Amino acid sequence: MEMKLTIKRVPTIVSNYQEEAAAERPRGGCGKNCLGDCCLPVSELPVYAFKANPTKLPASQEHAVPSNVFIDLLLGQWEDRMTQGLFRYDVTACETKVIPGNLGFVAQLNEGRHLKKRPTEFRVDRVLQPFDAAKFNFTKVGQEEVLFQFENGGGDDSYFLKSAPTTVADRAPNVVAINVSPIEYGHVLLIPRVLDRLPQRIDQESLLLALHMAAEAASPYFRLGYNSLGAFATINHLHFQAYYLTVPFPVEKAATQRIPLADDGMKSGVKVSKLMNYPVRGLVFEGGNTLNDLADVVSGACIWLQENNVPYNVLISDCGRKVFLFPQCYAEKQALGEVSQELLDTQVNPAVWEISGHIVLKRRDDYEEASEASAWRLLAEVSLSESRFEEVKAYIFDAAGLVQSLAEEETGEADDAIYTPVTVAPQAVTEGCLVLQ
Amino acid sequence: MESSGGAPPAEERRLLAASLTARYSDWVLEELDELPGSFLLTDPAMSGHPIVYASRGLASLTGYRPRDVLGRNARLFQGAATDRAAVAGVRDAVRCQRAHQVAILNYRRDGAPHWVLLHVAPVFHAHDGRVLHFLAVQVPIAAAPRRRAAPCRRPPVFAACREEARVEEELPCASHAGEAFVDIDKRGLETTRWLEAGEPRVASGCDKEKALSTANSIFSALNRYSKLTGLVVCGKRCDSAGIPALSSSLNLSLGRIKQSFVLTDRHLPDMPVVYASDAFLSLTGYSREEILGCNCRFLNGPGTSLEVLEEINRNICCEQACTVHLLNYRKDGLAFPDLLHVSPIRNASGKVGLHPFQVAFHVWVHLDESIKHDFNGLSPEVWQLGAVGAVRVAVRSLSASGSLLRPSQ
Repeated sequence: MEMKLTIKRVPTIVSNYQEEAAAERPRGGCGKNCLGDCCLPVSELPVYAFKANPTKLPASQEHAVPSNVFIDLLLGQWEDRMTQGLFRYDVTACETKVIPGNLGFVAQLNEGRHLKKRPTEFRVDRVLQPFDAAKFNFTKVGQEEVLFQFENGGGDDSYFLKSAPTTVADRAPNVVAINVSPIEYGHVLLIPRVLDRLPQRIDQESLLLALHMAAEAASPYFRLGYNSLGAFATINHLHFQAYYLTVPFPVEKAATQRIPLADDGMKSGVKVSKLMNYPVRGLVFEGGNTLNDLADVVSGACIWLQENNVPYNVLISDCGRKVFLFPQCYAEKQALGEVSQELLDTQVNPAVWEISGHIVLKRRDDYEEASEASAWRLLAEVSLSESRFEEVKAYIFDAAGLVQSLAEEETGEADDAIYTPVTVAPQAVTEGCLVLQ
Repeated sequence: MESSGGAPPAEERRLLAASLTARYSDWVLEELDELPGSFLLTDPAMSGHPIVYASRGLASLTGYRPRDVLGRNARLFQGAATDRAAVAGVRDAVRCQRAHQVAILNYRRDGAPHWVLLHVAPVFHAHDGRVLHFLAVQVPIAAAPRRRAAPCRRPPVFAACREEARVEEELPCASHAGEAFVDIDKRGLETTRWLEAGEPRVASGCDKEKALSTANSIFSALNRYSKLTGLVVCGKRCDSAGIPALSSSLNLSLGRIKQSFVLTDRHLPDMPVVYASDAFLSLTGYSREEILGCNCRFLNGPGTSLEVLEEINRNICCEQACTVHLLNYRKDGLAFPDLLHVSPIRNASGKVGLHPFQVAFHVWVHLDESIKHDFNGLSPEVWQLGAVGAVRVAVRSLSASGSLLRPSQ
């Protein structure tokens, strides 16, 4: 049969209930107030109900909600959990810097994030794996790690309920939980339909939920990210991550080249571009008449990738208006022994945040010596080759119902493009306005 | 009853007391009497810059009872062997209206010399910046353990003596007697002084803390009672020019936070306000210029609980967050019940100050509990913590240089 490709790495702990030791905690039956069928259906959690139809991706944010309940709620609850000592370390004490250079990679020295533990084996050649209830999953998380439920309010306005029974509507609740090994302040996990125990795989509905969250936060500095299995997801239970970083991500500043679409592809209003002059090749989807349209197109692409065993990462940016898709192959290379020892020694697992340009380093030496060149070198290993990328892109287009127009490509240069430095984000950045292209 | 110290006549005493009670309410004297420690208040506006108040603790330290010193100038504590340079330093600080600390040799009422740490600080009128009083705190300095064979520091005037002494034989520091006989003509007077002074003493960190703490208590007391007469005082001339400007990106990020809060910087003298949100200005009625650079105590008044202030201070020192309820006062004197959350904010850029990852600021989030608020369903506590979170996020915003301050700093 097919050879199994695996790598060994130390998984990131995202919940205090994740380590094996947690199972030994004195918890009778299930008085532990978890998120499983035993506890959740009879629990009451705060509910944030998002608006069903966010005003069509407002071009400007002048009328942006001055009082943003979502942000206050998320940050306030997060701060509250900080005071309760639920996090494994104080992320605000982690040294962080912007690496001088054109793209401005952000490096963080975080010695507490990575455990000095025995690495576990991860299978990297199967992007879709069945849910395994024996392994850690989010139904085992204690409710104190949950901040609130995130549900569709069905109306024009969003609202917040301090507590509501979790059996709202006929679907399993979506919950927002803290990541106890945060990369940044406010790092949370969005777990759609937690009780349904979905494996880590994107579908239209879950992606749409994530887009709604980005829209609700209404800040270009609040991004969501997704890692497929094989692209450094730690837990095979459907989840997205999100946090605040008040600087533009390097990938958001990189140049892009619009891919002209035939008229058919225009009806959804989604535009697609290719990332230029960035170490990892990727696609950028933006616009869409509604969030739904954007979710349709992007999830179509993701579904193809996961069904064809191409690991990938997704970054949702710009309040849900822009989605970056990165097929990657680092884990496969690692399993095949094709990654240099030097890179392996940094122990950086290039997941969505690293690919986007926020790199968490474990060793001080790596941090002190971090440069744009070293970041580029690492990320370049993650990228699919040009030919492979083009191949995958063609399949993705097909799957997502996009047709590349046969119009003359605007530029002939691909990789030979002279690097055109992009203007660094303007001094005064108004909410909802990132300088790109 | 006549005291040998010559207490001022009743009329004069009344005038001296008025120096205080005209500015602060009558209760201020009682309040000051409760404070431990040895300290004075002087009035630079009155002729001779007299002492207008002396604490109860003065007698045990100096032998002078308050009424012995009222109306007299504070130089009465100095004497023959008091280092002239130290005195000049104090005089200069008074002239320049700034705080000053110096170890100085003072004399008790019975003539015995003793070393004290003298902490002098001006009390400013918060609005027009004029100096209302000076406070002078005296903290006794214990003798340091004798050091053997260490070279003595001596004032240059004795250089000649030393040399001559060296010619004779190497005299250990401990023996002053040898020096005294070397030359007693015109140097005799200085020699005597030096004899009395002995080894100059150095105040310990503990002494300095004590002095500062006493000074702070005095300020708090003055402030609490100044409210009744509509006066705000502070320990620093409230002039924002002294505050390092925050970087524009930080200012911008902070500006988006709608809660009522200030940021203070513990590393600057008297922990001044370095940022105030618009909501805070609306809540309290002050303008930004009035409060930037001042310590938060301008919010306190007669009804502000001392215990609560103590609790806040304790938590600040331990770098812990706390939530308290206390009575604070708007500029117009109106009191309001304040739900106050204070929390340390770390800086992780590694570039601010000498100590990276240290607490960069403290955030003080205020909430007027007497007003009905609509937090869209959030509890007041979560709403406040939301402000803290937003400040943390803002402080972690990085400029290219990684500094939280404007480039010129």
